Amino acid sequence: MASTVSTLSEQALIERVKAGESDLFYQLIEPYQRAVFSAAYSVVANEADAEEVAQEACLKAYAKLDQFRGDCKFSTWLIQIAVNDARMRRRKDRKALYDSIDEGYQDESGDYFPCDFADWREIPSEALEQKELKTALSRAINSLKPMYREVFILRDVQGLNVRESAIALGINESLVRTRLLRARLQMRDTLAPGYDGSWLTGSTSYKKVRPF
Amino acid sequence: MTVIEISCVHVWKEISSYIDGELDPAMRERMAAHFKTCAHCTAILDGTQNVISLVADGKTFDLPKGFSERLKQRLAEGLPKR
Repeated sequence: MASTVSTLSEQALIERVKAGESDLFYQLIEPYQRAVFSAAYSVVANEADAEEVAQEACLKAYAKLDQFRGDCKFSTWLIQIAVNDARMRRRKDRKALYDSIDEGYQDESGDYFPCDFADWREIPSEALEQKELKTALSRAINSLKPMYREVFILRDVQGLNVRESAIALGINESLVRTRLLRARLQMRDTLAPGYDGSWLTGSTSYKKVRPF
Repeated sequence: MTVIEISCVHVWKEISSYIDGELDPAMRERMAAHFKTCAHCTAILDGTQNVISLVADGKTFDLPKGFSERLKQRLAEGLPKR
C-alpha cells in the first residue's frame, strides 16, 4: 500500500531493499540527493562530473547495501561512497591530464593568517537574494584547495558534525578541525572585502584594510 | 578573576572552535575578552560567522535542473535485481 510505504522508517526501507524490493531504493536515497551531489562537487568542483559521480555512487550504494551495518548514519555512509568515488575520478582525470600526483592534498605548512581585516558586520538582507552573492560564494568555494573544500562543504554547507565529516572523508577529527579553520578563514578573506561593495557593485577596487 | 591575555595570532588559531562552541570555559573567556578590545579580530569573527551563515542556508548548491529525474532513470536502468 502506497501510504504505508511512504511512511516507512529509514531502517525499514533499508531492510526491505536488502530483502529485494529495489523499487524502494530511490525513496531511501531521495532525502540525500543534495548531500550526495554536493559531496561529489566538493571534490570534482564541476556540476556535470558531480552529477555523474552522484549517480554512480548511488548505484554503488545499492550494490553494497548489505555491507551497511549501521555503524554510522546511512547518510554519512552514502556521502562517504560519493567522496571516494569522486576522489577516484579526480585522480584518474588528473593522471590523464597531467600525470601528476594529487597536489591538492599536500599538507600546508604553517598557520593561515588573515590577509585583510575588512569590516563585515552584517549581511545586507537584499544581498541574500542576489545572483551575484551566489556567484561570489561558489567562486570562493571553488578557489579553495580540494582538501579544504571537502571539509567546508560537508561541515558548513551540509551541516555534518565534525565526527560525521571525519568518517565521510576518511580523516581524523583533528584534521577536520584544522582544515575547517583554514577553509573558513580563507572564505572570509575572499568574501569580506566584497562587502565594501566590490563584488556587489561590480567595482574592481575596494578599501583594503591591512593587518595592523 | 583576571583573564590571561591572548595574542591575535592565538585567537585566529582558535576562532573556528570558538564559533563552534568547542573551547573550554577559560579559553572561551580569554577569547571573549580579546574581542572586546580588538577591532581586527572582531572583524575576522564577524566575517567568519557571516560566511558560515551564508552557506548554511542550503541554497548554495541547487541540484542541477532535472537531476532527480535523471537519477531515477539511471537507477531504473542500472539497478540489478537483488
